[in-house]
Amino acid sequence: MADTAVHSEAGHEPDSHGHHEHGHAHASGLSNNKLAMWMFLGSECLLFGGLIAVYMLYRGRHAGSPGPDQLWDVPLTSISSFVLLMSSLTMVLAVSAAKQGDDRRTINWLVTTALLGATFVGAQVYEFTHFYREGVGFTTSLFSSSFYTLTGFHGVHVTVGVLMLLALSGIMRRSRVTGDKAETVELVGLYWHFVDIVWIVIFTLVYLIPA
Amino acid sequence: MAIIERPAAVPATVGADAPVVVHNSDALGVLRRPVSSRGWRSWLFTVDHKKLGIMYGVTAMFFFLVGGLEALLIRTQLIRPDNTVLSAQTYNEMFTMHATTMVFLFVMPMAAAWANYFVPLQIGARDVAFPRINAFGFWCFLFGGIFLNTSWFLGGAADGGWFMYQPNANALFSPTTGVDFWAIGLQITGIASLTGAINLIVTILNMRAPGMGLFKMPIFTWMVLVVQFLLLFAIPVITVALFLLSFQRSFGAQFFNVEAGADPLLWQHLFWIFGHPEVYILILPSFGIVSEVLPVFSRKPLFGYKFVAFSGAAIGFVGWGVWAHHMFASGLGPVSVSVFAVATMMIAVPTGVKIINWTLTMWGGKLWFTTAMKFAIGLVVLFTIGGLSGVTHAIAPSDTQQTDTYYIVAHFHYVLFGGAIFGIFAGLYYWWPKMFGKLLNEKLGSWNFWLMAIGMNMTFGPMHILGLQGQPRRMVVWPEDFTGQGFFNLGFWNTFASIGSYILGIGVLLFLANVIYTHTSKKVGPAPFDPWDARSLEWMTSNPPKEHNFDSIPTVHALDEFFHRKYEEVEDENGRHVVTKVRSGEEVLAELEANPDTHIHMPSPSYWPILLSLGLPIIGYGLIYNRWIAVVGALVVVVSVFGWALEPSVADDDDLEPPAEAGGHTKELSTLG
Amino acid sequence: MSASTEHAATLEADQDIPDNVEPEHHSDGYYIKVALILAVLTAVETSTYWIDFGPLFLPTLFIMMFLKFFMVVMIFMHLRDEKPIYRFLFYTGLALALVVYLGALATFHFFE
Repeated sequence: MADTAVHSEAGHEPDSHGHHEHGHAHASGLSNNKLAMWMFLGSECLLFGGLIAVYMLYRGRHAGSPGPDQLWDVPLTSISSFVLLMSSLTMVLAVSAAKQGDDRRTINWLVTTALLGATFVGAQVYEFTHFYREGVGFTTSLFSSSFYTLTGFHGVHVTVGVLMLLALSGIMRRSRVTGDKAETVELVGLYWHFVDIVWIVIFTLVYLIPA
Repeated sequence: MAIIERPAAVPATVGADAPVVVHNSDALGVLRRPVSSRGWRSWLFTVDHKKLGIMYGVTAMFFFLVGGLEALLIRTQLIRPDNTVLSAQTYNEMFTMHATTMVFLFVMPMAAAWANYFVPLQIGARDVAFPRINAFGFWCFLFGGIFLNTSWFLGGAADGGWFMYQPNANALFSPTTGVDFWAIGLQITGIASLTGAINLIVTILNMRAPGMGLFKMPIFTWMVLVVQFLLLFAIPVITVALFLLSFQRSFGAQFFNVEAGADPLLWQHLFWIFGHPEVYILILPSFGIVSEVLPVFSRKPLFGYKFVAFSGAAIGFVGWGVWAHHMFASGLGPVSVSVFAVATMMIAVPTGVKIINWTLTMWGGKLWFTTAMKFAIGLVVLFTIGGLSGVTHAIAPSDTQQTDTYYIVAHFHYVLFGGAIFGIFAGLYYWWPKMFGKLLNEKLGSWNFWLMAIGMNMTFGPMHILGLQGQPRRMVVWPEDFTGQGFFNLGFWNTFASIGSYILGIGVLLFLANVIYTHTSKKVGPAPFDPWDARSLEWMTSNPPKEHNFDSIPTVHALDEFFHRKYEEVEDENGRHVVTKVRSGEEVLAELEANPDTHIHMPSPSYWPILLSLGLPIIGYGLIYNRWIAVVGALVVVVSVFGWALEPSVADDDDLEPPAEAGGHTKELSTLG
Repeated sequence: MSASTEHAATLEADQDIPDNVEPEHHSDGYYIKVALILAVLTAVETSTYWIDFGPLFLPTLFIMMFLKFFMVVMIFMHLRDEKPIYRFLFYTGLALALVVYLGALATFHFFE
């Protein structure tokens, strides 16, 4: 925290939708909202870390039912992982466009990101349906419960992200974003990238390392 | 007087790029913001940190009484051998709910009450960084706590112990919905803790008055900062554990089925990785309160302020590495046990540092034994006792004998009651006049303190003996033949402890009597603004502080800024430099009021925090009883989220920047250190 | 109804650049290049499914994973360009998660 300049005034964007007056200088240089988002992401590391640890502990415990090595379709999952990774690119482009004040491009990239995210979720649904048909449901084994919980939590996070992206696009289209538009897009972006990096870890640990 | 401007319509945008300002007048009817400043609506929709602090406090004190009643029932059951006041099932529910209520619904929210009310005042701010989220947190706590307790009436409360070990907490051994209520209720209150943590950290990092570097910050605020970081990182861990528990119980997931190959220790690890930081979350706010109270009533600054601040941070940090000391007897193996034993011994050091600093604060001071001071000294003594028994637990072989006996119960009640709760009471007596404008009666306060101190020691002191002599925890009855020979046998001590608990209960009730007396008696006049000749900024306000806290935001030059505005080093007639009072508190306050800020904007109230949080228990009931109810709850949540996002933000509705001072002086900026 | 804080402007002189007025560090092309690198790393990772890396298998996977993780965090999330406090907040969470969960797994003899 070495160089946190403190002040009484600025950097206090009150609520994320508080009015930010044009030309209003910020003495501290720290945005309340951005601090909050990074903190939240730091805490989410503990959430996903726990779910990953549970999975790693239990991934070999599937007596009598199929385990990871029998189930995974690595090529398919690689493609959907790649899709999610690319959605991070489109997200960064959206943030960049927002910083340049180009609403139209921002909305386009936001929607593209949402579509890529939705594709990822769709692929997961397809994948899980397939596993279910192979006899691996939520309650089948320790492995399966842990797997579905971990990837399910991740999938819910992606879905919430997609909804946020679409909602933000809609609100931007009606020019009803209160507060700093570029920052709002950036914050949604941070959330989205985080969801992506969690998947980077999950893809490696769960799919690519044989049990 | 400062001019507080209420929202009105003003033309908004300047150019296509300017952020849109949406005003109350042009919002859809349902999205307009409430504007009442009086009456029940002003409480229901408030986002004012002081009102929220009071609501947290009142609710927490209510749950203190609930938890206390649960404790008295336990002690009544144990007042004599083979008693039949509580059935075994009810007894299990009683100790589970007693602990859950005290930890999650009393101590934690009470700390939130103090932090919410006083941190903004102590740092010279007008509110917290995210006022609506603050309100949302409170309502989550209230609804979560109520939800959790409705289990009593809906088939039985949770009965697996507050630590809810697996596989005991599964459907086989805990078939009622009690555990489900427990898990979901704690998820809801956990949201309050997590959002509160983010809010307070941002507030403390970003909204300090000009000149207030981190090491000029009051020590209570320091401790609160450490606690919020602990909450930020610990709550997600119990979130994971609670989800696994709920999925197991409600959906048949396999996490804790030993037959399927599960390891019961998984739950224990997840719970205690949260649980150990949790106990520091419980105690550090009280350490902060005591670190404020002792200097004021010793007429001396806190000895070793930086050491106290750093040791708080050290406790927070090292506290992450000791959790398995709650599992020494669980079969971890000698390597794990040794590692955690050593780490646990280390953590006694920073706490010891604090005890030394508190003692040296008092040493040579001019001690003023107000009730607040008595409770603070009580904490120093009683926490030391509890800490010493804690050190004995760190020695794993010794702990193997102590674990699951009353010796452990003695330890944690000394640190939690003698520590956390005595600190809370010190805060009550110290800060009461600031919040409510009247000084609590000192005579009643003395009785309150002594009965609590005596009652507490009578109840928990003997438990050291009971435990070392072998009485296990969580036993619904104790049989006469196990109590040993002689008059002062285990039976005697059980009865003695139960009587002590009644004395303790009376002591607590005396606090309520004091409150009632203070606020109904005609003989009690208004309290002065600075009754204790205190040191920190929250005292540099009216009683209670105005809605906007400070007429003008002070510029801070020193630690204990308020003290330094009243006292200066002056040369006396012998030419010596002596610290003398040159200004009274009232005069300092008058100076601030003479130069009020104009154009102060306070955050507007809002409907959405309470509405959003209302959706959560509805989802909870739905998960337990009927999925469609959960769907309704989810809809309430979704609608509320959008309502929140889209409601008008009144132009500059946050006042959180101290606006221009009348004289146009530049404000100093602080840098760290 | 604006809170005029002209003062704030006078305080700006030596202060850090505020968060909301960051210079635009990178062009879109830069991010696309980074994304291509990430794609290559993913390809290498995935190739371990078909190609036998022998004893390099786990190290390769972990290195690829760490590289991708930190590239997204540092570059896409701009953490490299931000003030240190943000790094502190995120890395503290990450470090704590690693310590406690690896520690817990160790007690389960997971790494033996």
